[in-house]
Amino acid sequence: MLLQNLAILVLAGFVGFAVISKVPNTLHTPLMSGTNAIHGIVILGGIIVLGLGVDGFLNKLLLVIAIVFGTINVVGGFLVTDRMLEMFKQKPTPPADTPEELEA
Amino acid sequence: MSRTDLILALYIVSFSLFIYGLMGLTGPRTAVRGNRIAAVGMAVAIIASLLIPGMGNWGLIILGVAIGTAIGVPAARTVKMTQIPQMVALFNGVGGGAVALIAWVEFRSTGGYADEPTYVAIFSLFGAIVGSVSFWGSNIAFAKLQEILPGRPITVGPGRTQQLLNLVLLLIAVGCAVAIVAGAHSEALILLLLLAAGVLGNFLVLPIGGADMPVVISLLNAFTGLSAAATGIALNNTALIVAGMIVGASGTILTNLMATAMNRSIPSIVAGGFGGVITQGGVGDDGVERTVRSTSASDAAVQMAYASRVVIVPGYGMAVAQAQHAVREMTKLLEAKGIEVSFAIHPVAGRMPGHMNVLLAEADVPYEQLNEMEEANSQFARTDVSLVIGANDVTNPDARAKADSPIYGMPILNVDESASVIVLKRSMSSGFAGIDNPLFYDAKTAMLFGDAKASVGEITEELKAL
Repeated sequence: MLLQNLAILVLAGFVGFAVISKVPNTLHTPLMSGTNAIHGIVILGGIIVLGLGVDGFLNKLLLVIAIVFGTINVVGGFLVTDRMLEMFKQKPTPPADTPEELEA
Repeated sequence: MSRTDLILALYIVSFSLFIYGLMGLTGPRTAVRGNRIAAVGMAVAIIASLLIPGMGNWGLIILGVAIGTAIGVPAARTVKMTQIPQMVALFNGVGGGAVALIAWVEFRSTGGYADEPTYVAIFSLFGAIVGSVSFWGSNIAFAKLQEILPGRPITVGPGRTQQLLNLVLLLIAVGCAVAIVAGAHSEALILLLLLAAGVLGNFLVLPIGGADMPVVISLLNAFTGLSAAATGIALNNTALIVAGMIVGASGTILTNLMATAMNRSIPSIVAGGFGGVITQGGVGDDGVERTVRSTSASDAAVQMAYASRVVIVPGYGMAVAQAQHAVREMTKLLEAKGIEVSFAIHPVAGRMPGHMNVLLAEADVPYEQLNEMEEANSQFARTDVSLVIGANDVTNPDARAKADSPIYGMPILNVDESASVIVLKRSMSSGFAGIDNPLFYDAKTAMLFGDAKASVGEITEELKAL
């Protein structure tokens, strides 16, 4: 089990390197924000450990806090990235707004 | 197909979506879609986990998700674009915090990993240490960027005391982990481990000056990813391993890109104190003696109105003053007068890479007007007016000329090559890195003091009147 998981770990590391290596500067902040949202996957850890059952009030409390944290990470991360990226999209600006029009 | 196979299949779908989404995030056209695809991947992973046989405690899970959503959604919706860096730091921190908490509960519920294989304990404790460092470090980064704490470096004790202390804290944390793996079951050990790692997280980020903050946030982002991957191995969960490791790897690359852009190595940034050494040799000891030429909005407007080429160099000051829309207004007027206007974007201007691009895109500045450093530097020599808006360290000629300057060797925007320079700045105080900038004393530089947004607004009014 350990070796299998380590194999997955190493391969995922190479995928991470390969996917990210070519990014324009412009997108560095959204990319950081996007990968930030993805590591919110830790929410799964909280859900699974709590869901499969733990005893004691403190354990449950700590896991609920972990799930709260994970949810903030996921939901907040993806929403903020989306807001940032929306601004990069070509908006249908009124004609007078385009530089071509100003030059003409 | 058994339930377990179905879950695994959904995990495969989920991390394929993460990877595909990330690929989309690397191009401007596909980025929005890429982010949404990754979000769908996350939803699939969560649903798959809920299908695991024997799941219970539904009320508590729903409670946690509900509270998290109630906090996260409004925070993400209402945050100002200028405050994005601290928001990312905060979201990153809570992720690390979650990892540390899960490891703590793992320890408690297994009686100190009593009947678990050794590797489970090792990876879980690795997650606890790194997650705790990331949580507290990110909180400090947030507090510094939000100006709750001063942005300048804060260190404990003289000379190398800080590094020594950090090393001791790391040894305490690792020592506790080794003792637990070796078979000690006392809960005091994991509490001490979390505490030492937490204090270490504080101490790692406190000595770092504002100029290095982008690199640090990126580094902490990679840390949280790695700690998530470690949790995945401890819990034998493929989705956690893959997603965490991809973030760990990509975060490391991004950190390296940023450090390279500043000509700084990651170890020297982590060792701390960028800008802690304020070198004052050379010209004038206190800076007050040297003459600074200040100008007025109307003079600045005239100067630009009769230029044929104007380059705008935005920095953190533009972000703080929320001046991006005012700047856009001004550039439109200049363009209407037939003046060629472009923006020169330093890779680490602001507090995050691409920070300036995000703000200017918000203000509808066309993508083609934004020039990256190399392109911009080839054009300064034939530029009439460079308008520096709240940028400091990224324009400091000391980085080229003065070997004993802390930023010596950092690639800068060669603003001083243009025929004249106008600097919009709040006051004569030195930049976030605490380093004096000789550009301000240059004979062809004129300073326009005041809030960047107000100054740009005044210039715009003057331009309209011309």
